[in-house]
Amino acid sequence: MTKYMDVIKKNAMLIVLVLVYIFFTAMTGGSMFSPMNFNALITQNAYVFILATGMLMCMLTGGNIDLSCGSFVCIMGAAGGVFMVIQEYSTGLSVFLMLVVGIIYGCVLGYLVAYVNIPPWIATLAGYLAFRGWGTAILSDNSSTGSISPMPESFLKLFSGKVFETGINQFNIVCFVAGVIASVIVVVTSLMSRANKVKKGYEAESMTALVIKCVLSVAAILLFAYKLALAGGIPTVLIWVIVIVLIYSFITSKTTLGRYFYTIGGNAEATRLSGVDTRKIMFFAYLNMAVLTVISSYIVVARFQAANSTAGNYYEMDAIAACVVGGVSAYGGSGTVFGMVVGATLIGVINLGMSLMGVNADWQKIVKGGVLLGAVVFDILATKKNATK
Amino acid sequence: MGKVILEMKNITKTFPGVKALDNVNFQVEEGEIHALVGENGAGKSTLMNVLSGIYPFGSYEGDIVYNGEVCQFQKITDSEAKGIVIIHQELALVPQMSIGENMFLGNERGKKNAINWNETYSEADKYLKMVGLSESSRVLIKDIGTGKQQLVEIAKALAKNAKLLILDEPTSSLNETDSRALLDLMLEFKKQGMTMIIITHKLNEVVYVADKITVVRDGSTVETLDCHTMEINEDRIIRGMVGREITDRFPKRSNVEIGEVNMEVKDWTVYHPVYAERKVVDGINMNVKKGEVVGIYGLMGAGRTELAMSIFGKSYGTGISGTLYLNGQEVNLKNPREAIEAKLAYVTEDRKGNGLVLSNSIRVNTSLANMEGVSDRGIIDMDKEYQVAVEYKDKLKTKTPSVEQNVGNLSGGNQQKVLLAKWMFTDPDILILDEPTRGIDVGAKYEIYCIINDLVKAGKSVVMISSELPEVIGMSDRIYIMNEGKFVGEMKADEATQENIMACILQSGRGE
Repeated sequence: MTKYMDVIKKNAMLIVLVLVYIFFTAMTGGSMFSPMNFNALITQNAYVFILATGMLMCMLTGGNIDLSCGSFVCIMGAAGGVFMVIQEYSTGLSVFLMLVVGIIYGCVLGYLVAYVNIPPWIATLAGYLAFRGWGTAILSDNSSTGSISPMPESFLKLFSGKVFETGINQFNIVCFVAGVIASVIVVVTSLMSRANKVKKGYEAESMTALVIKCVLSVAAILLFAYKLALAGGIPTVLIWVIVIVLIYSFITSKTTLGRYFYTIGGNAEATRLSGVDTRKIMFFAYLNMAVLTVISSYIVVARFQAANSTAGNYYEMDAIAACVVGGVSAYGGSGTVFGMVVGATLIGVINLGMSLMGVNADWQKIVKGGVLLGAVVFDILATKKNATK
Repeated sequence: MGKVILEMKNITKTFPGVKALDNVNFQVEEGEIHALVGENGAGKSTLMNVLSGIYPFGSYEGDIVYNGEVCQFQKITDSEAKGIVIIHQELALVPQMSIGENMFLGNERGKKNAINWNETYSEADKYLKMVGLSESSRVLIKDIGTGKQQLVEIAKALAKNAKLLILDEPTSSLNETDSRALLDLMLEFKKQGMTMIIITHKLNEVVYVADKITVVRDGSTVETLDCHTMEINEDRIIRGMVGREITDRFPKRSNVEIGEVNMEVKDWTVYHPVYAERKVVDGINMNVKKGEVVGIYGLMGAGRTELAMSIFGKSYGTGISGTLYLNGQEVNLKNPREAIEAKLAYVTEDRKGNGLVLSNSIRVNTSLANMEGVSDRGIIDMDKEYQVAVEYKDKLKTKTPSVEQNVGNLSGGNQQKVLLAKWMFTDPDILILDEPTRGIDVGAKYEIYCIINDLVKAGKSVVMISSELPEVIGMSDRIYIMNEGKFVGEMKADEATQENIMACILQSGRGE
C-alpha cells in the first residue's frame, strides 16, 4: 500500500495535471480536448518552458531568481524590431546581434551576482525596471504606434508557424510519424537502461512498473502527435522547446557542471571547499538565463509578429511559478527539468482552460495565486514528513 | 553554610546517539560565586541550557529545585521570570541598535504597545552605572568595544532582575585588563548578595573569584571543591578536569614507518577576513612527516581551523604570509582546487555547516571533491560513481541501507565516514582532519581512529586538530599546542601528559 502511496506522491503534480485537464475538458464541453487547443497550449506557453529552464538553473543554486527576464524580453524585442524592420539587417545578423546583447547583459549580471555579491533579486530588480522603460522608449522613438512590425518572413519561419504544414482537416503524416519515432526512442532507452542496471546488479525498477510507465508515456506522446497532426503539424516552437529541455535535462542529470548547481544549492561552503569554483557557477547561471531569455524573445516577437512594449509582462513570474509548481525548491538544491515541464504545463492548462471557460482575467490571477501557494505548501509539508521519517 | 538557592538533581540529557549529561548533581548556595570547569564538550554548557530552559522541561530527566520549589521551565522567559539569567559566550546584541534598545530588547519599557523611550534610556543609564560604564545608553553597540559590550550584557541581565547570574565564558573575547575589571565587578556584585555561576577555561580566573568549584567531566560532575576550606591551585583543578585513566580507547598503531618531511609551513601568518587588523594565526612553523599523525591541540578560538583552512588553498583569511613546502618544493596554493591537486585534503570541522551536502545522497557527496575521477569530459559515469560510493561505504563500514540515502538521514558517525570517504577519494598525501570525532559516540570514534591508522599505514600523513586532550595524546606521534594564534609548545607523544599540555597553554596565557 505504501508503495502505491509513494508512486502517487512522487508523481503528484503529473496526476494533478491530468485531473485538471479532464476537469477543463468537462467544463468546456470537450473544447479543451480539441486539436486547436492542444496546439494553442504549446504556442502560447513556449516562452514559459524556455524561461523556466533558465530560472530552474538559477533557483537550483539556492533559490535565486531573475526578475529582469520579462523586461529583457521586451527590450530584446524592441532591439530586434530596430535591427530587422528599421535598419533592415538580415534575419541572421539580427538574431546574432540580439544574442550578443544578451550575452553582454548576462556577463554583467553574472559578474554583479557572483563576484560583487549583490543579492540576485536586487541586481535583477534594476533590470526589471530599467529594461521595461528602455524598451518602451526605443519603440516609441521608432514608431508612432509604439510597436514595430512587420517582422521579415524568414524570421517568422524560424520561430513560429509549423514545420511541414498541412491544411486544416488534413492529417499531417510527418507529425504523427515523428510521434511514433519518439515513442520508440522512449521505450528502447528505458528498456536498455534497465537491462544495463540489471546486468551490473544495481537497483532497478520492477518490470511491471517499467511497462506501465512506458505504456503511459507512449500513450501520451501518441495522443499529442495525433492531435497536433490534426491541427496542421508540429509547431516550430515545439522543436525549440524540446531541444532546450533535452539539453538541460542532460546537463542537470548527467554532467559535473549540472551536479555543481545542485550541491551549491544544498551547501555552497561545502562545495567551495571541495574545490569547486562556486562563483563561476553562479556567473554561468545568470549568463545562461540571459541567453535563454533572448531565445524566448525570438519566439515572443515571432508569435505576435511585432515588437511591442507590453511583451514580456509578468513573464518572470510565470517562469518562477512554473518552477515552484513543478517542485523546484524555493531554497535551492532540488528540482528537475521534468518537474519544471510538468509545472509549466499545469499552469498553461489552467490559463487556457479558464480562458476557454470565459473566466475573467482577475479571477484567473486569483486562481493561479492559489495554485502557486498550494504547490509550495505541499512541497514543504512533503519534505517535512520525509525529514521526520 | 549559606542557604542552598539552586539544586539540580540527577539531571540526564541525551542527544541522538550521545549522552551529554549523565546523572548530574549540582548545588549552588546563595551569595556565592560558583565556577563550573571542564574540558570542551564535558557538558557545562548543556547543563546551563537545561537550567535556563533552552532545553525545555521534559527533554531531560531529573529535577531543578530553585529557592525550594521544583521548576519546570518551558522556555528562557520562564527561568528569567524567576531571576535566573544566562549570559552566553557569543554576545547577543544587535550592533546597529543603541545600548538602551539592546538592554530592553524583548523586555521593553512603557505601555503595552508603545515604548516609553525616556523611561528606557533613564533606566538603562541607571544599570550602566551599576556595571561601571560611563557611556550614554543612546550610543550604538557597534561603536563600543567588546569589553564594554560584555558589560552591557551584564547590565541587560541586571535589568531583568537577575538573582542568579550565569556567565558562560565571559572573558573569552576580552583582553587582560577588561577581564580583570569584569571579575572585580563580579566580586562587587557578590558583596551585594548576587549569586553567580561562571563557566570558564581560564583557571587563574577561577582561583581569583570562585568560592566553590564544580568539575564536570564526560557529562557528569566529578567533584566540588570548596575554596575556603581547601588549598586550591590550578594544578589541583587540572587534576580534577583530566583525572581519568586512559584505558584502551585508542587502537594501537604498529609497524608504521615515519619517513621524510612532506609538508612544512614556515612563518605562517593569517589575518581575519573582516577585521583585517586582527592576527588570527601568528607566525606558525610546523612540519609533518610521511606516515606520521601530528596532533594540533588548542582550546576553541585558538586559531586551529583558521590555520588549516588558510593552508588549504587560502580558503580562509586575508593577508596570508609565509611559505608552504610540499615534498621540499615551495608551493603557492591559491584556491581549494589547487590544494586538492597538490594532494592536500582538509576534512572540515563542521560536518553539517561546510562539510556535506545533506540534501544529497552518499553517492553525490562521495564524488564531490573529485568529479574528474568519475566523469569523462564533464559527463558523469553514473555506474562508476555508484561503484566508488559502494567501495568506500564498504571500506569505512558506513552503516546505511544504500548509497542513494541522503546524508542528512545518517547518524553523526556515519556522516563523518562519508566526509572521510569524500576526501580519501581525492587520493591525498596529507589529510588535515579538523575535529574528526566531535559529537559522535565512543564506538564510532574508535572506528574513525582505525581509519586514521590505516591512512598512515598506507604512507599518508595525518594532521589531526582536536580539542579533546586524551584523543590528541592517544592518537598522535607528535603534538603541537596552539593558543591565541601561536604554537606554544611541541611534544613527542610519549612525553605528553594532559597536565603538561594544559600547563603549556596556561603559562602562555599568563605570559602576556
